[in-house]
Amino acid sequence: MSTAQLSKTQKIFDLLSEVMDPEIPVINVVEMGIVKDISLEDGVSVSITPTYSGCPAMNIIATDIKTKLQDNGHTEVKIIEVLSPAWTTDLMTDEARAKLEAYGIASPNRSSVNNSDPVGTPKECPNCKSANTKLKSHFGSTPCKALYVCVDCLEPFDYFKCH
Amino acid sequence: MSQNDSLYSYCLRLGDNSLILGHRLSEWCGHGPFLEEDIALTNIALDLVGQSRMFLQYAAELKGGDSTEDSLAYLREEREYLNALLSEQPNGDFAVTNSKNYLFSVFNYHLYSELSNSKDEKIKAIAEKSIKEVAYHVRHCGKWMVRLGKGTEESHQRLQDAVNDIWMYTDDMFESDENTDLLVEQGMAANLNKVRSNWLKDVTEQLKEATIDIPTDTWMMKGSLQGKHSEHLGFLLAEMQTIPRTFPNSEW
Repeated sequence: MSTAQLSKTQKIFDLLSEVMDPEIPVINVVEMGIVKDISLEDGVSVSITPTYSGCPAMNIIATDIKTKLQDNGHTEVKIIEVLSPAWTTDLMTDEARAKLEAYGIASPNRSSVNNSDPVGTPKECPNCKSANTKLKSHFGSTPCKALYVCVDCLEPFDYFKCH
Repeated sequence: MSQNDSLYSYCLRLGDNSLILGHRLSEWCGHGPFLEEDIALTNIALDLVGQSRMFLQYAAELKGGDSTEDSLAYLREEREYLNALLSEQPNGDFAVTNSKNYLFSVFNYHLYSELSNSKDEKIKAIAEKSIKEVAYHVRHCGKWMVRLGKGTEESHQRLQDAVNDIWMYTDDMFESDENTDLLVEQGMAANLNKVRSNWLKDVTEQLKEATIDIPTDTWMMKGSLQGKHSEHLGFLLAEMQTIPRTFPNSEW
């Protein structure tokens, strides 16, 4: 790839970094690991991978990416959905994890690969940092989260499951 | 039957299983025994419908023409659905719903585990994606089996009754036919004998822990692979299909 093309691709990535996950508005779709690839043949093609197969946010994310690029002068935008390799929370960047914690969601704190307990448990309460937390429900406000409660500060919080 | 047609039917079978089980579960929305479980049931439903979409999208691609995931999901007749009988059974009480989910999730887990090695790239990709979600369903429903089985006298009895009632539909999940056997030989479809022995091993262990007896000498109902369903599917489809049939091609 030529330098000119590389910088063009980088510019698209920069634009996509302004597209936020609709359900966790502090994290962008690049940090989430949803954007897999960008191709500049015949306009712009963005390959995205779904987080959970039934996640309703995916349709909104595809539309938001398209709108973002079109608003910035890219008229021909194609969104391609790729399934393999399957999305994993391991793709989330450290910045994304830190932003999650600051937003009040405990982050998936270790690899989900080759683990006998793939979902894991939160390291600490994102509110008071106590390690003394309890599972309230396997399922939370979105498919990717479970509901926990802090035994010390009694604050309920979402845990982004390792996936 | 060409390989393309066999693959199409196979994807319908897998897609229909998740679609119908997922739709049944969605009937709990707003009616769960308590808020957290209401959310759990509908989250599982959401995963299942998502998995179904992937299989039906692939099926539509194999079929070609005007076929889409939506036309396959909403515009076929009852006899054209290939979902296993267990998936279409009514929800009953929470013990029935959970038992049905548990038995089906363990089946799907071992099925997708086999399909993660499929020589068909698309099936392999869908299986690798779905198995992570299904593993979580198994865990959730499996814990409820133990909680209900070892709970009160009433919860134990209701769970035992539920397992007794739906056990007759379990053999049907493992049904195969010539076309599927050929796909198995070609390394594309899952060997259901293997899935069955893994399924039975897990279910036996979990039910033992839940102090629930596995029914013996049960007469087994089959036929879904030939499109022969219990009377419940027709009612489910009538409800599920009413909007797309009344307002064709509408979007929201």
